Amino acid sequence: MSFATMLTMLTDGFLVSLQIFAFTLIGAVPLGIVVALGRMSRIAPVRWIVRIYISIMRGTPLMLQMFAIYFAPYYVFGIQLTPDSKWQATIAAFIVNYAAYFAEIYRSGLQSIPRGQYEAAEVLGYTRVQTFAYIVLPQVVKRILPAMGNEIITLVKDTSLAFSIGVAEMFSTAKALVASQVSMVPFAVAAAFYWVFNFIVELVLGAAEKRLAYYHD
Amino acid sequence: MKPVMTLTGARKAFGAHEVLRGVSLAIAPGEVVAIIGPSGGGKSTLLRCATLLETLDGGSLAFGDLAVATDAGGRAAYAGRDVLKQARGRFGLVFQNYNLFPHRTVLQNIADAPVRVQRRNRTEADRAARELIAKMGLTGCEDKVPCQLSGGQQQRVSIARALAMNPEILFFDEPTSALDPELTAEVLRVIKALAAEHMTMVIVTHEMSFAREVADRVVFLDGGVIVEEGPAAQVIDHPREARTQAFLSKLAE
Repeated sequence: MSFATMLTMLTDGFLVSLQIFAFTLIGAVPLGIVVALGRMSRIAPVRWIVRIYISIMRGTPLMLQMFAIYFAPYYVFGIQLTPDSKWQATIAAFIVNYAAYFAEIYRSGLQSIPRGQYEAAEVLGYTRVQTFAYIVLPQVVKRILPAMGNEIITLVKDTSLAFSIGVAEMFSTAKALVASQVSMVPFAVAAAFYWVFNFIVELVLGAAEKRLAYYHD
Repeated sequence: MKPVMTLTGARKAFGAHEVLRGVSLAIAPGEVVAIIGPSGGGKSTLLRCATLLETLDGGSLAFGDLAVATDAGGRAAYAGRDVLKQARGRFGLVFQNYNLFPHRTVLQNIADAPVRVQRRNRTEADRAARELIAKMGLTGCEDKVPCQLSGGQQQRVSIARALAMNPEILFFDEPTSALDPELTAEVLRVIKALAAEHMTMVIVTHEMSFAREVADRVVFLDGGVIVEEGPAAQVIDHPREARTQAFLSKLAE
């Protein structure tokens, strides 16, 4: 097999990894806000349920969560699994898992905003929604960016976990190629893909931080 | 003349600790009232209750003819959300530590609430904000963010931010406590200028010479009650009550 063929196969796998990455962010970034608000809810039962959810998501392996979500429809509801089930379970597991981590980061950011900011907004007559949107959220974004960067970079590498459930992302492809070609090169290429992509992520995050560096508090 | 703000029999406790034990205070239009007294005497709580940051346990509160809280058998019964919103449009508050929005420029800090809260035209709000900036001696700072300003400049921005809402009464919570003497002077100058324009103001302060100079009336608050009140010269220079005398002589040390 030529290097070009191998590269094409790995690129195809990488596009699948990229999809897991993108769908997870699209789902978990907003879901995390809901989870964070639930975690800080004034209603105690809501707070507790969300706490337990976060605890399970962070306290058990993502790989196990994928399997749990994959098999749950069949064992709990007797629903027949389809060829798409693996993919759906993977995306669902990634979203609910990362939402838990994001939620805790959001919470740390929200709780770091001084009370005085809320009070100043209240006295000026801003509504709760306006206060959140125009005054709290922009400041939270700046504060949580470094922590979010960590998670996002971890997510890029975590996409390889989908290998365990049989989703043909880049790592699965690399592993298959290593076995069939009796060569370590596919692993090295896969590593390069992960690293280059994360390097781009770092650049984007760095640019975002720089954009928000116009003030400090 | 009808008072701009009327507080009657204000009571407030945090747990078992009674911070306000029946405070009554009416502020006439154009009047400048300084509230003095020891820490923990209830000054800040009084201001926070008047600005709706805290709710009264008992007593009543009105801004002009707008009844915010009425006495209902010893309990303070608050009006609905609409009335509170209307009331917030009538007063402004200047905080001890400014509480400016750090991510927004000076101009945005001042002009944003008039646009978003009062639904004023952006161009008109910006123009009014620039006038206030000039009046506060902050020309050239329009596009700076608060962290680029000195404490005194920040406090003047926060005064401008409150004034931009065209309040009928302006509350100050120890506006110079976070500032060194030089910066204190520039903030006090601005407040004096407002007093000369007959802006109605209630100022919690530790600056006795300033209170004497600018205030029409001085209120000495201690132990959650008004111990003594009267013309500035009388309360500060010739206090009648022993507690006022003790407080002032301690300050003079």
